Amino acid sequence: MASTDAGVTGPTRARIEERTLRQDRWWLSPLATFVVFTAFVVYATVRAFMGRDYYASPYLSPFYSPCLGDCVEGASDFGQPFQAFPLSAALIILVFPLGFRMTCYYYRKAYYRAFWLSPPACGVAEPHSAYSGETRFPLILQNAHRWFWYAAVVVGLILSFDVVLAFRNEDKEWGHMGLGTLLMLVNVILIWLYTLSCHSCRHAVGGRLRHFSKHPVRYRLWTWVSRLNVHHGRYAWYSLFSVALVDLYIYLLAIGAIDDVRFF
Amino acid sequence: MSYDLTLRVWRGDADGGELGDYTVEVSDGEVVLDAIHRLQATQAGDLAVRWNCKAGKCGSCSAEINGRPRLLCMTRLSDFDPSETITVTPMRSFPVIRDLVTDVSFNYEKARELPSFAPGPRDDDGKRRMMQVDVERGQEFRKCIECFLCQNTCHVVRDHEENKPAFAGPRFFLRYAELDMHPLDTHDRRELAQGAAGLGMCNITKCCTEVCPEGIRITDNAIIPMKERVVDRKFDPLVWLGNRIGIRSKDDEGRTEV
Repeated sequence: MASTDAGVTGPTRARIEERTLRQDRWWLSPLATFVVFTAFVVYATVRAFMGRDYYASPYLSPFYSPCLGDCVEGASDFGQPFQAFPLSAALIILVFPLGFRMTCYYYRKAYYRAFWLSPPACGVAEPHSAYSGETRFPLILQNAHRWFWYAAVVVGLILSFDVVLAFRNEDKEWGHMGLGTLLMLVNVILIWLYTLSCHSCRHAVGGRLRHFSKHPVRYRLWTWVSRLNVHHGRYAWYSLFSVALVDLYIYLLAIGAIDDVRFF
Repeated sequence: MSYDLTLRVWRGDADGGELGDYTVEVSDGEVVLDAIHRLQATQAGDLAVRWNCKAGKCGSCSAEINGRPRLLCMTRLSDFDPSETITVTPMRSFPVIRDLVTDVSFNYEKARELPSFAPGPRDDDGKRRMMQVDVERGQEFRKCIECFLCQNTCHVVRDHEENKPAFAGPRFFLRYAELDMHPLDTHDRRELAQGAAGLGMCNITKCCTEVCPEGIRITDNAIIPMKERVVDRKFDPLVWLGNRIGIRSKDDEGRTEV
């Protein structure tokens, strides 16, 4: 009987019933991605909506930086222009890093595979009967990735400023450092690696050119970003973990569950 | 040392077929294509298989081994446990002709739809010149052997036959990117890549890169840069504004849209 399916079991294809003949554990990677991303989304959502325990002098959680709403004393280094905002201050600014990661070329691969199963793995048939890719709303908005990258650079600068401020003690005296400072420093390095290895960054600094030879400085920048770009996916994971870890550390400090380890 | 390998090979044609079980004597250092050839020579003289160079350079022996798109000639038997059954099927995205041979004419139709390289006038001395750094940029793309494993694994057409008319596939996005980055080419193919070639249908899940036997970073170095170029052309208001008020990138001068 001729099949009417349109995919690998379609009428012109080699007649094989199985939707994949892969024997390896192809499901492990999308499953791990699904579990970790879901855990992060749940954690980040809870923390973003809490609206408290995000500041333990001198540390400010990256989820709340810059704190532009009705924030606790000492947390707002850039004023409080949205003081009247009724919800958590994190919700004012999280759209930028969230949008950057949601439209990121690496994360797109990861969540299209793990959450939408499109496809779950290479050579494994996807369950959907129709597919239009990123040609229609809302997925056509993925093309806005470069705009979120511009915002991510600003966010990176602000988080770097937060690290500078973290070289103080609880009483805001300079020249001190604690475990929180170290965690924030590692976090901001990973965030910069992730931001600068972005495909849109690679395009902006030199990838868009047709004549590398006429733009030697941009070509040099492009080669540097290209070197980072190879590891973009790795930086995406590492920075995801580090930002959650820093927030968790500051949360535990803020609620008094632990004391900061002061180095000097 | 030789041992008996258990092979499952798909036998059939467009009217139907099934996986057949065979036991073939193989030796250390051999590849899957050697086992297929021995099967053909000793037990299944009518087994259809397309092959040519046996060196991973002609792109003829593309098939699927244990469900993964691979070149038969570049897949070593030593990658598998001797007791493991190796299943070989034809590529599952293209119409089957017979046994392991498929009709890959879809790819040649897509190649014909792609406007070819169109250089500008020669220099006064009759030559054309490119700087070495610009030559090097396209070398990775020139490594493509047109095995069409990337086309085969791409779920856009593998799982959706109806997308074939509107989607050129990774091999040709590679070509679009190569030409769009070429300093001597006079065509602007960005609109065409997004429209007729269906670049927007790619959701960059990177299977093409995973299966490329030449190790070309198709997604990172061709498809994503091409998507970014399309954003320049269609989705970036700053670039649009720059064009409207005359601040146009000199890098794009001399190109006409096709």
